[in-house]
Amino acid sequence: MNLVANNLSYKPEDQYHLNEVSFSFKEGNLYTILGRTLSGKTTLLKTIAGLLTPDSGEIKFDGKNFLKVPVWQRNVAMVYQQFINYPHLNVFENIAFPLKQRKIDQSAINEKVMDALKSVGLIGYEKRRIQELSGGQQQRVSLARSLVKNAKILLLDEPLVNLDYKLREQLREEFKSLFSKGLADETILIYSTTDPRETMELNGEVIVLDEGKVLQVGPAKEIFENPNSLKVAEISNDPPMNIIEAQILDNHIKFEGIDVEAPKHLSKLMEDGLKIGLRSSDIELNENGHEFEVELAEISGSETLLHLKRGNTKIIVSIEEVLNFKIHDKIKINFKIDKAYAFHADGKLASSPFGVLNG
Amino acid sequence: MNKLYIFLKYFFIIVWTVFVVAPFLWALTTSFKDFQSVNAGVTYIPWIDFEPNLEGWKVLIKSPAKGGVDIVEPYFNSLFVTCAASLISIILGTLSAYALSRYTFKAGFVKNNDITFFFISQRIMPPIVLSIPFFLFLSSINLLDSLTGLIVVYIVLLMPIAVWIMVDFFNKVPREIDETALIDGCNPYQAFLKVVLPNSIPGLIVAGMFCIIFGWIDFFFAFILTFTEVQLLPVKIVALNSSVTPWWSLSASALVSVAPLIIVAFIVERYLSKGNLSGAIK
Repeated sequence: MNLVANNLSYKPEDQYHLNEVSFSFKEGNLYTILGRTLSGKTTLLKTIAGLLTPDSGEIKFDGKNFLKVPVWQRNVAMVYQQFINYPHLNVFENIAFPLKQRKIDQSAINEKVMDALKSVGLIGYEKRRIQELSGGQQQRVSLARSLVKNAKILLLDEPLVNLDYKLREQLREEFKSLFSKGLADETILIYSTTDPRETMELNGEVIVLDEGKVLQVGPAKEIFENPNSLKVAEISNDPPMNIIEAQILDNHIKFEGIDVEAPKHLSKLMEDGLKIGLRSSDIELNENGHEFEVELAEISGSETLLHLKRGNTKIIVSIEEVLNFKIHDKIKINFKIDKAYAFHADGKLASSPFGVLNG
Repeated sequence: MNKLYIFLKYFFIIVWTVFVVAPFLWALTTSFKDFQSVNAGVTYIPWIDFEPNLEGWKVLIKSPAKGGVDIVEPYFNSLFVTCAASLISIILGTLSAYALSRYTFKAGFVKNNDITFFFISQRIMPPIVLSIPFFLFLSSINLLDSLTGLIVVYIVLLMPIAVWIMVDFFNKVPREIDETALIDGCNPYQAFLKVVLPNSIPGLIVAGMFCIIFGWIDFFFAFILTFTEVQLLPVKIVALNSSVTPWWSLSASALVSVAPLIIVAFIVERYLSKGNLSGAIK
């Protein structure tokens, strides 16, 4: 069973929502669509679900033209980022709704709904009205409703984005265990998110989408280690990868009066307009390092994000402890330069610390 | 400060209540008066201020041959025309409103909003402008002076209200609910009937209320488009007037004619606060 799309384009007004998108999805796999807001993730999912018809291109499911099949016959399930449930039905009726549509007999419905309730941890809530549930519980109801159908294609559109931090962590764990519990064997799971960490944790095949265009496809690890362009490097890192305009001369990387020895994988690059990419976690505080000025310091969870400036160069550093800095403080940092990436002037990856050279 | 607030609050509530209820009480007492009691100056309390009698009420059900006006038939005519026209308007109006809310229509420069406005523009026109076309139209299809003809005309008058209210209401029902229903195996009609409609009950009630009120109180078209065969209540009540204004039977008929609206309002009021969409999207 596979889902193949060729050159899907969708341009409702003067901007592409999907631009020549192609992919090939196989059953039993998890696909993560990673992209920023308005990158076309929801459009893509809705196109797969059949809620939108692309202007051009084709989708085939098991070799059959999927675009000719109306939504209600496609056997897909979708979880929205807003928790969509039927407000006039209680929890049980909500989950039973798709089964009733299929005219399954009542005892089978009861059994399946109870199973689904169990897998999302909502046993005992059957009779509750949707309005009486918290956001996380509402999202679980809509998840249960999409699980109960045994759909061949399960679409999850940023399902965690509207939840608070705690719930997000918790549900993400639950997703992972649900996905690994054999649910995925016969299902094509498609999960869209803006969060690179979520992408890495889910560890599926990643499709990086930007302005409706597929930028890179590959396993999560590959995307993380070898982003094929500046754009992908920005999208697949949170905070985004620091991009520094630098020169490499005589085996030395030079910028803003800083001079560091180039690591092996960068030493041979000698072109103009080269950009060095360095993750915020690959910069550390060091007494003997280079002086930068603090522009902003934010504490998020157990880490501190420092926005630093030196000349025209602005970088973000994340430090795995809670530190207090004031604006305009001078601090000294060191670059783990052997972890640095280099990008050509046109944004393509020139060299990565993980060794693979892409063009 | 707080005490002043409470005082003012109750003061205004009481003033307003008196303002609203007094005309009804006035009509109620008047309906039990006769010619002499009405002309004897201001009196309020039956048996003390004046001697109550049922003449004003009896006139309403007596046949004209016995000196009555018999509003029973016009009353049921009015009920029938109003209910039928409101029901059809709500059904057609809701369907059009759903289409206008969910699908994009385009014919040249005419778009969804223009179509919605076209509906309501029927209500903006002064009724007098419509009276002659309606008259000619009904006479050409032989429906002058008939209940069916009135129902047709009332649908034209009431449906814009239903469309206007329901378009607004459907726009507030998240589209994702329809989409979820489609994904869950409903075809578009089932999605509308099983999911969207049950969540639109408050809107339907409001639209229904307005249709019933506007249908029930219409005098103008009922007056122009009917003659002898069919009469509606508002026309009949006006016909009560003669050389001596019969305040007692006018008051009684006013109360009788307001009664259905009050009953509908009481039934409907509890549903208005009930359904809400907060569980659809948080």
